[in-house]
Amino acid sequence: MSEILNDETKKVLVEPLVDNNPITLQVLGICSALAVTSQMSTSLIMALALTLVTAFSSAAISAIRNHIPSSIRIIVQMIIIASLVIVVDQVLKAFAYEVSKQLSVFVGLIITNCIVMGRAEGYAMKNPPLESFMDGIGNGLGYSLILIVVAFFRELFGSGKLLGIEIIKLSKDGGWYDPNGLMLLPPSAFFIIGLIIWGVRQWKPKQVEKADFKIMSIAHGEGGHH
Amino acid sequence: MEAYVSLFVKAVFIENLALSFFLGMCTFLAVSKKIPTAMGLGIAVMVVQAITVPANNFVYHTLLKEDALSWMGITGVDLSFLALLSCIGMIAALVQILEMILDKFFPALYFALGVFLPLITVNCAILGGSLFMIERDYNFGESVTYGIGSGLGWALAITVMAGVREKLKYSDIPAGLQGLGITFITAGLMSLGFMAFSGIQL
Repeated sequence: MSEILNDETKKVLVEPLVDNNPITLQVLGICSALAVTSQMSTSLIMALALTLVTAFSSAAISAIRNHIPSSIRIIVQMIIIASLVIVVDQVLKAFAYEVSKQLSVFVGLIITNCIVMGRAEGYAMKNPPLESFMDGIGNGLGYSLILIVVAFFRELFGSGKLLGIEIIKLSKDGGWYDPNGLMLLPPSAFFIIGLIIWGVRQWKPKQVEKADFKIMSIAHGEGGHH
Repeated sequence: MEAYVSLFVKAVFIENLALSFFLGMCTFLAVSKKIPTAMGLGIAVMVVQAITVPANNFVYHTLLKEDALSWMGITGVDLSFLALLSCIGMIAALVQILEMILDKFFPALYFALGVFLPLITVNCAILGGSLFMIERDYNFGESVTYGIGSGLGWALAITVMAGVREKLKYSDIPAGLQGLGITFITAGLMSLGFMAFSGIQL
Protein backbone atom coordinates (compact mmCIF):
# COMPACT_ATOMS: atom_id res chain seq x y z
CA MET A 1 0.00 0.00 0.00
CA SER A 2 2.78 2.40 0.93
CA GLU A 3 4.26 1.96 -2.49
CA ILE A 4 1.03 2.85 -4.26
CA LEU A 5 0.39 5.86 -2.07
CA ASN A 6 3.68 7.63 -2.68
CA ASP A 7 3.94 11.39 -2.39
CA GLU A 8 2.78 12.14 -5.94
CA THR A 9 -0.32 9.99 -5.69
CA LYS A 10 -1.17 11.39 -2.29
CA LYS A 11 -0.79 14.89 -3.63
CA VAL A 12 -3.07 14.34 -6.62
CA LEU A 13 -5.59 12.63 -4.35
CA VAL A 14 -5.76 15.21 -1.55
CA GLU A 15 -5.03 18.49 -3.29
CA PRO A 16 -8.32 18.78 -5.23
CA LEU A 17 -10.33 18.53 -2.01
CA VAL A 18 -9.79 22.10 -0.80
CA ASP A 19 -6.59 23.58 -2.14
CA ASN A 20 -7.42 23.07 -5.78
CA ASN A 21 -11.09 22.19 -5.72
CA PRO A 22 -12.53 21.69 -9.21
CA ILE A 23 -15.70 23.64 -8.43
CA THR A 24 -14.68 26.48 -6.17
CA LEU A 25 -11.30 27.24 -7.69
CA GLN A 26 -11.03 25.72 -11.14
CA VAL A 27 -14.69 26.63 -11.97
CA LEU A 28 -15.33 23.29 -13.65
CA GLY A 29 -18.37 21.07 -13.66
CA ILE A 30 -20.73 23.56 -12.15
CA CYS A 31 -23.70 22.71 -14.36
CA SER A 32 -24.58 19.48 -12.66
CA ALA A 33 -23.36 20.59 -9.25
CA LEU A 34 -26.31 22.94 -9.10
CA ALA A 35 -29.02 20.93 -10.73
CA VAL A 36 -29.00 17.67 -8.82
CA THR A 37 -28.42 18.96 -5.30
CA SER A 38 -31.96 19.40 -4.04
CA GLN A 39 -31.75 15.93 -2.47
CA MET A 40 -28.91 14.04 -0.82
CA SER A 41 -29.65 10.73 -2.55
CA THR A 42 -29.47 12.09 -6.09
CA SER A 43 -26.31 14.02 -5.36
CA LEU A 44 -24.60 11.00 -3.80
CA ILE A 45 -25.36 8.93 -6.91
CA MET A 46 -24.25 11.76 -9.17
CA ALA A 47 -21.03 12.21 -7.19
CA LEU A 48 -20.28 8.51 -7.37
CA ALA A 49 -21.01 8.36 -11.10
CA LEU A 50 -18.83 11.35 -11.87
CA THR A 51 -15.94 10.11 -9.73
CA LEU A 52 -15.96 6.73 -11.45
CA VAL A 53 -16.21 8.21 -14.93
CA THR A 54 -13.41 10.70 -14.26
CA ALA A 55 -11.12 8.06 -12.77
CA PHE A 56 -11.63 5.43 -15.45
CA SER A 57 -11.62 7.83 -18.38
CA SER A 58 -8.39 9.41 -17.11
CA ALA A 59 -6.80 5.99 -16.72
CA ALA A 60 -7.94 4.85 -20.18
CA ILE A 61 -6.89 8.04 -21.93
CA SER A 62 -3.55 8.06 -20.19
CA ALA A 63 -2.94 4.44 -21.17
CA ILE A 64 -3.24 5.27 -24.87
CA ARG A 65 -1.94 8.84 -24.65
CA ASN A 66 1.14 8.13 -26.75
CA HIS A 67 -0.93 6.77 -29.61
CA ILE A 68 -3.51 9.57 -29.91
CA PRO A 69 -2.73 11.99 -32.74
CA SER A 70 -3.07 15.42 -31.22
CA SER A 71 -5.36 16.76 -33.95
CA ILE A 72 -8.17 14.35 -33.09
CA ARG A 73 -7.53 13.98 -29.37
CA ILE A 74 -10.69 15.78 -28.29
CA ILE A 75 -12.86 13.40 -30.31
CA VAL A 76 -10.99 10.37 -28.95
CA GLN A 77 -11.37 11.60 -25.39
CA MET A 78 -15.01 12.29 -25.97
CA ILE A 79 -15.70 8.81 -27.35
CA ILE A 80 -14.02 7.18 -24.34
CA ILE A 81 -15.93 9.39 -21.91
CA ALA A 82 -19.22 8.93 -23.74
CA SER A 83 -18.84 5.14 -23.71
CA LEU A 84 -18.20 5.15 -19.97
CA VAL A 85 -21.19 7.41 -19.40
CA ILE A 86 -23.40 5.05 -21.41
CA VAL A 87 -22.29 2.22 -19.12
CA VAL A 88 -23.11 4.30 -16.02
CA ASP A 89 -26.44 5.34 -17.51
CA GLN A 90 -27.45 1.76 -18.33
CA VAL A 91 -26.38 0.50 -14.89
CA LEU A 92 -28.44 3.22 -13.21
CA LYS A 93 -31.47 2.44 -15.37
CA ALA A 94 -31.16 -1.22 -14.44
CA PHE A 95 -30.55 -0.97 -10.71
CA ALA A 96 -31.73 2.46 -9.57
CA TYR A 97 -34.50 3.38 -11.97
CA GLU A 98 -36.16 5.96 -9.69
CA VAL A 99 -32.94 7.88 -9.16
CA SER A 100 -32.07 7.70 -12.83
CA LYS A 101 -35.47 9.27 -13.64
CA GLN A 102 -34.80 12.08 -11.19
CA LEU A 103 -31.34 12.72 -12.55
CA SER A 104 -32.91 12.79 -16.04
CA VAL A 105 -30.50 14.29 -18.54
CA PHE A 106 -27.79 15.08 -16.02
CA VAL A 107 -26.19 11.65 -16.17
CA GLY A 108 -25.77 12.10 -19.92
CA LEU A 109 -24.36 15.52 -19.29
CA ILE A 110 -21.37 14.00 -17.48
CA ILE A 111 -19.99 13.72 -21.03
CA THR A 112 -19.67 17.47 -21.28
CA ASN A 113 -18.82 17.94 -17.63
CA CYS A 114 -15.73 20.07 -17.77
CA ILE A 115 -14.09 18.20 -14.89
CA VAL A 116 -13.86 14.99 -16.89
CA MET A 117 -12.60 16.72 -20.04
CA GLY A 118 -10.39 19.06 -18.05
CA ARG A 119 -8.62 16.26 -16.21
CA ALA A 120 -8.28 14.19 -19.38
CA GLU A 121 -6.76 17.09 -21.27
CA GLY A 122 -4.82 18.66 -18.42
CA TYR A 123 -3.48 15.66 -16.53
CA ALA A 124 -4.09 12.29 -18.17
CA MET A 125 -2.47 13.30 -21.48
CA LYS A 126 0.83 13.89 -19.69
CA ASN A 127 0.95 11.32 -16.90
CA PRO A 128 0.99 7.52 -16.51
CA PRO A 129 -2.29 5.62 -15.95
CA LEU A 130 -2.07 4.99 -12.21
CA GLU A 131 -1.44 8.62 -11.28
CA SER A 132 -4.15 9.72 -13.72
CA PHE A 133 -6.56 7.31 -12.10
CA MET A 134 -5.77 8.77 -8.68
CA ASP A 135 -6.06 12.29 -10.05
CA GLY A 136 -9.48 11.39 -11.41
CA ILE A 137 -10.55 10.00 -8.03
CA GLY A 138 -9.20 13.07 -6.25
CA ASN A 139 -10.99 15.54 -8.49
CA GLY A 140 -14.13 13.44 -8.36
CA LEU A 141 -13.98 13.58 -4.57
CA GLY A 142 -13.44 17.34 -4.59
CA TYR A 143 -16.57 17.66 -6.72
CA SER A 144 -18.45 15.20 -4.49
CA LEU A 145 -17.53 17.17 -1.38
CA ILE A 146 -19.12 20.38 -2.68
CA LEU A 147 -22.11 18.49 -4.05
CA ILE A 148 -22.79 16.77 -0.74
CA VAL A 149 -22.37 19.94 1.33
CA VAL A 150 -24.78 21.83 -0.93
CA ALA A 151 -27.27 18.96 -0.93
CA PHE A 152 -27.03 18.69 2.86
CA PHE A 153 -28.16 22.27 3.35
CA ARG A 154 -30.74 22.19 0.59
CA GLU A 155 -32.46 19.02 1.72
CA LEU A 156 -32.22 19.74 5.44
CA PHE A 157 -33.64 23.27 5.27
CA GLY A 158 -35.83 22.70 2.25
CA SER A 159 -37.71 19.64 3.44
CA GLY A 160 -36.40 18.85 6.91
CA LYS A 161 -35.00 15.53 5.74
CA LEU A 162 -31.65 13.94 5.00
CA LEU A 163 -31.52 11.05 2.55
CA GLY A 164 -35.32 10.94 2.82
CA ILE A 165 -35.25 10.41 6.60
CA GLU A 166 -37.00 13.04 8.67
CA ILE A 167 -34.55 15.06 10.79
CA ILE A 168 -36.55 18.14 11.71
CA LYS A 169 -40.27 17.66 12.19
CA LEU A 170 -42.17 19.98 9.86
CA SER A 171 -44.90 22.21 11.21
CA LYS A 172 -47.48 20.66 8.93
CA ASP A 173 -46.83 17.31 10.65
CA GLY A 174 -47.06 18.81 14.13
CA GLY A 175 -43.40 19.83 14.50
CA TRP A 176 -41.94 23.32 14.77
CA TYR A 177 -40.02 23.80 11.53
CA ASP A 178 -41.45 25.69 8.58
CA PRO A 179 -39.54 24.46 5.53
CA ASN A 180 -37.78 27.08 3.46
CA GLY A 181 -39.21 26.53 0.00
CA LEU A 182 -36.47 28.60 -1.63
CA MET A 183 -33.97 25.88 -0.74
CA LEU A 184 -35.69 23.49 -3.13
CA LEU A 185 -35.62 25.99 -5.98
CA PRO A 186 -32.63 26.37 -8.31
CA PRO A 187 -31.42 29.81 -7.09
CA SER A 188 -30.53 28.53 -3.63
CA ALA A 189 -27.79 26.35 -5.12
CA PHE A 190 -26.14 29.46 -6.56
CA PHE A 191 -26.27 31.21 -3.20
CA ILE A 192 -24.91 28.24 -1.25
CA ILE A 193 -22.01 27.69 -3.64
CA GLY A 194 -21.29 31.43 -3.63
CA LEU A 195 -21.16 31.39 0.17
CA ILE A 196 -19.00 28.24 0.22
CA ILE A 197 -16.54 29.97 -2.11
CA TRP A 198 -16.54 32.97 0.21
CA GLY A 199 -15.88 30.75 3.23
CA VAL A 200 -13.09 28.81 1.55
CA ARG A 201 -11.40 31.99 0.40
CA GLN A 202 -11.53 33.56 3.85
CA TRP A 203 -9.88 30.41 5.14
CA LYS A 204 -7.29 30.23 2.34
CA PRO A 205 -6.64 33.87 1.36
CA LYS A 206 -4.26 32.66 -1.34
CA GLN A 207 -7.27 31.78 -3.52
CA VAL A 208 -8.74 35.30 -3.46
CA GLU A 209 -9.00 36.82 -6.93
CA LYS A 210 -7.54 40.24 -7.57
CA ALA A 211 -10.12 42.91 -8.21
CA ASP A 212 -10.17 44.18 -11.78
CA PHE A 213 -10.73 47.68 -10.55
CA LYS A 214 -9.82 49.44 -7.36
CA ILE A 215 -12.53 51.53 -5.74
CA MET A 216 -11.29 54.96 -4.72
CA SER A 217 -12.72 56.47 -1.60
CA ILE A 218 -14.36 59.86 -2.06
CA ALA A 219 -12.03 61.58 0.44
CA HIS A 220 -8.99 61.31 -1.81
CA GLY A 221 -10.68 60.39 -5.04
CA GLU A 222 -9.03 62.96 -7.27
CA GLY A 223 -8.81 60.38 -10.07
CA GLY A 224 -12.51 59.50 -9.92
CA HIS A 225 -14.36 60.70 -12.98
CA HIS A 226 -17.98 61.71 -12.88
CA MET B 1 -49.35 27.00 -34.34
CA GLU B 2 -50.28 28.08 -30.84
CA ALA B 3 -48.53 25.05 -29.38
CA TYR B 4 -45.29 26.10 -31.06
CA VAL B 5 -45.53 29.66 -29.75
CA SER B 6 -46.11 28.38 -26.25
CA LEU B 7 -43.21 25.94 -26.54
CA PHE B 8 -41.00 28.78 -27.75
CA VAL B 9 -41.89 31.09 -24.88
CA LYS B 10 -41.45 28.23 -22.45
CA ALA B 11 -38.00 27.41 -23.82
CA VAL B 12 -36.85 31.04 -23.70
CA PHE B 13 -38.16 32.16 -20.33
CA ILE B 14 -39.75 29.51 -18.14
CA GLU B 15 -37.30 26.71 -18.72
CA ASN B 16 -34.30 28.88 -19.39
CA LEU B 17 -31.38 26.50 -19.90
CA ALA B 18 -28.86 28.60 -18.05
CA LEU B 19 -30.89 29.86 -15.13
CA SER B 20 -33.26 27.05 -14.30
CA PHE B 21 -31.32 24.01 -15.47
CA PHE B 22 -27.82 25.44 -14.96
CA LEU B 23 -26.65 24.22 -18.34
CA GLY B 24 -23.59 25.77 -19.92
CA MET B 25 -22.63 27.26 -16.56
CA CYS B 26 -18.90 26.90 -17.06
CA THR B 27 -18.84 29.13 -20.12
CA PHE B 28 -21.67 31.22 -18.67
CA LEU B 29 -19.44 32.21 -15.77
CA ALA B 30 -16.17 32.35 -17.66
CA VAL B 31 -17.19 34.38 -20.71
CA SER B 32 -19.58 36.89 -19.16
CA LYS B 33 -17.16 39.65 -18.29
CA LYS B 34 -17.89 41.88 -21.31
CA ILE B 35 -21.16 42.43 -23.16
CA PRO B 36 -19.84 42.13 -26.76
CA THR B 37 -18.07 38.80 -26.13
CA ALA B 38 -21.04 37.49 -24.23
CA MET B 39 -23.34 38.41 -27.10
CA GLY B 40 -21.00 36.80 -29.63
CA LEU B 41 -21.00 33.57 -27.68
CA GLY B 42 -24.74 33.78 -27.16
CA ILE B 43 -25.39 34.09 -30.88
CA ALA B 44 -23.00 31.23 -31.63
CA VAL B 45 -24.80 29.01 -29.11
CA MET B 46 -28.15 29.95 -30.60
CA VAL B 47 -27.06 29.09 -34.14
CA VAL B 48 -25.50 25.79 -33.13
CA GLN B 49 -28.48 24.88 -30.95
CA ALA B 50 -30.92 25.66 -33.76
CA ILE B 51 -29.03 23.27 -36.05
CA THR B 52 -28.04 20.45 -33.70
CA VAL B 53 -31.34 19.86 -31.90
CA PRO B 54 -33.32 19.19 -35.12
CA ALA B 55 -30.40 17.19 -36.57
CA ASN B 56 -30.24 14.98 -33.49
CA ASN B 57 -34.00 14.68 -33.56
CA PHE B 58 -33.82 13.42 -37.14
CA VAL B 59 -31.10 10.89 -36.37
CA TYR B 60 -32.85 9.69 -33.24
CA HIS B 61 -36.17 9.20 -34.95
CA THR B 62 -34.86 7.54 -38.10
CA LEU B 63 -32.09 5.37 -36.65
CA LEU B 64 -32.01 4.95 -32.92
CA LYS B 65 -35.49 4.92 -31.43
CA GLU B 66 -37.18 1.63 -30.66
CA ASP B 67 -38.40 0.14 -33.94
CA ALA B 68 -37.13 3.20 -35.81
CA LEU B 69 -35.31 0.99 -38.28
CA SER B 70 -38.56 -0.52 -39.52
CA TRP B 71 -38.29 1.58 -42.71
CA MET B 72 -35.34 -0.63 -43.58
CA GLY B 73 -37.30 -3.75 -42.76
CA ILE B 74 -35.55 -4.34 -39.45
CA THR B 75 -37.88 -4.53 -36.50
CA GLY B 76 -37.47 -5.07 -32.79
CA VAL B 77 -34.19 -3.19 -32.59
CA ASP B 78 -33.79 -0.57 -29.87
CA LEU B 79 -30.61 1.42 -30.24
CA SER B 80 -31.69 4.27 -27.99
CA PHE B 81 -28.82 3.58 -25.58
CA LEU B 82 -26.52 4.90 -28.29
CA ALA B 83 -28.26 8.27 -28.17
CA LEU B 84 -25.59 9.83 -25.97
CA LEU B 85 -22.80 8.81 -28.28
CA SER B 86 -24.62 9.84 -31.43
CA CYS B 87 -25.67 13.20 -29.99
CA ILE B 88 -22.20 14.22 -28.95
CA GLY B 89 -20.70 12.93 -32.19
CA MET B 90 -23.29 14.85 -34.18
CA ILE B 91 -22.61 18.02 -32.23
CA ALA B 92 -18.85 17.75 -32.60
CA ALA B 93 -19.15 17.08 -36.33
CA LEU B 94 -21.70 19.84 -36.97
CA VAL B 95 -19.66 22.41 -35.10
CA GLN B 96 -16.65 21.44 -37.17
CA ILE B 97 -18.61 21.70 -40.43
CA LEU B 98 -20.19 24.98 -39.39
CA GLU B 99 -16.74 26.32 -38.67
CA MET B 100 -15.52 25.35 -42.14
CA ILE B 101 -18.59 26.79 -43.90
CA LEU B 102 -18.31 30.06 -42.03
CA ASP B 103 -14.60 30.22 -42.79
CA LYS B 104 -15.24 29.73 -46.50
CA PHE B 105 -18.36 31.80 -47.11
CA PHE B 106 -18.75 34.25 -44.23
CA PRO B 107 -15.23 35.15 -43.11
CA ALA B 108 -16.40 38.21 -41.15
CA LEU B 109 -18.81 36.15 -39.09
CA TYR B 110 -16.16 33.47 -38.72
CA PHE B 111 -13.74 35.90 -37.17
CA ALA B 112 -16.41 37.24 -34.87
CA LEU B 113 -17.48 33.81 -33.65
CA GLY B 114 -14.30 31.90 -34.40
CA VAL B 115 -12.93 31.65 -30.88
CA PHE B 116 -16.19 30.44 -29.42
CA LEU B 117 -17.12 27.74 -31.89
CA PRO B 118 -14.78 25.00 -30.63
CA LEU B 119 -15.80 25.85 -27.05
CA ILE B 120 -19.38 25.12 -27.94
CA THR B 121 -18.82 21.40 -28.51
CA VAL B 122 -18.30 20.93 -24.81
CA ASN B 123 -20.99 23.38 -23.75
CA CYS B 124 -23.52 21.40 -21.76
CA ALA B 125 -26.35 23.63 -22.96
CA ILE B 126 -26.01 22.18 -26.45
CA LEU B 127 -25.92 18.54 -25.41
CA GLY B 128 -28.53 19.26 -22.74
CA GLY B 129 -30.90 20.70 -25.34
CA SER B 130 -30.61 17.56 -27.45
CA LEU B 131 -31.09 15.27 -24.46
CA PHE B 132 -34.15 17.19 -23.29
CA MET B 133 -35.52 16.90 -26.81
CA ILE B 134 -35.12 13.09 -26.61
CA GLU B 135 -36.47 12.83 -23.09
CA ARG B 136 -39.57 14.89 -23.90
CA ASP B 137 -40.07 13.12 -27.21
CA TYR B 138 -40.43 16.23 -29.38
CA ASN B 139 -41.34 15.79 -33.04
CA PHE B 140 -39.31 17.51 -35.75
CA GLY B 141 -41.25 20.78 -35.78
CA GLU B 142 -41.15 21.03 -32.01
CA SER B 143 -37.44 20.31 -31.98
CA VAL B 144 -36.75 23.22 -34.36
CA THR B 145 -38.79 25.53 -32.12
CA TYR B 146 -37.14 24.21 -28.99
CA GLY B 147 -33.66 24.52 -30.47
CA ILE B 148 -34.11 28.16 -31.44
CA GLY B 149 -35.96 29.03 -28.25
CA SER B 150 -33.56 27.44 -25.81
CA GLY B 151 -30.57 28.92 -27.64
CA LEU B 152 -32.16 32.37 -27.51
CA GLY B 153 -32.89 31.94 -23.82
CA TRP B 154 -29.27 31.08 -23.11
CA ALA B 155 -28.02 34.00 -25.20
CA LEU B 156 -30.38 36.33 -23.34
CA ALA B 157 -29.20 35.08 -19.95
CA ILE B 158 -25.49 35.44 -20.69
CA THR B 159 -25.95 38.93 -22.16
CA VAL B 160 -27.88 40.13 -19.13
CA MET B 161 -25.29 38.55 -16.86
CA ALA B 162 -22.48 40.35 -18.68
CA GLY B 163 -24.37 43.62 -18.30
CA VAL B 164 -24.69 43.12 -14.57
CA ARG B 165 -21.04 42.14 -14.23
CA GLU B 166 -19.89 45.23 -16.09
CA LYS B 167 -21.74 47.33 -13.53
CA LEU B 168 -20.33 45.23 -10.68
CA LYS B 169 -16.90 46.69 -11.36
CA TYR B 170 -18.00 49.79 -9.49
CA SER B 171 -19.09 48.02 -6.34
CA ASP B 172 -17.06 47.42 -3.23
CA ILE B 173 -17.03 43.65 -2.79
CA PRO B 174 -15.50 41.83 0.22
CA ALA B 175 -12.15 40.31 -0.71
CA GLY B 176 -13.26 36.70 -0.39
CA LEU B 177 -16.28 37.20 -2.61
CA GLN B 178 -14.32 38.95 -5.35
CA GLY B 179 -14.70 37.36 -8.77
CA LEU B 180 -16.32 33.96 -8.69
CA GLY B 181 -18.19 34.29 -5.40
CA ILE B 182 -20.11 37.43 -6.29
CA THR B 183 -20.77 36.07 -9.78
CA PHE B 184 -22.52 33.07 -8.28
CA ILE B 185 -24.65 35.23 -6.03
CA THR B 186 -25.56 37.50 -8.95
CA ALA B 187 -26.52 34.47 -11.02
CA GLY B 188 -28.63 33.28 -8.10
CA LEU B 189 -30.50 36.59 -7.98
CA MET B 190 -31.05 36.50 -11.74
CA SER B 191 -32.28 32.95 -11.49
CA LEU B 192 -34.68 34.10 -8.78
CA GLY B 193 -35.92 36.73 -11.20
CA PHE B 194 -36.49 34.14 -13.90
CA MET B 195 -38.41 32.00 -11.38
CA ALA B 196 -41.11 34.65 -11.66
CA PHE B 197 -41.90 33.34 -15.14
CA SER B 198 -42.56 29.86 -13.82
CA GLY B 199 -46.07 30.76 -12.71
CA ILE B 200 -47.11 31.64 -16.25
CA GLN B 201 -49.53 29.15 -17.71
CA LEU B 202 -49.62 29.05 -21.46
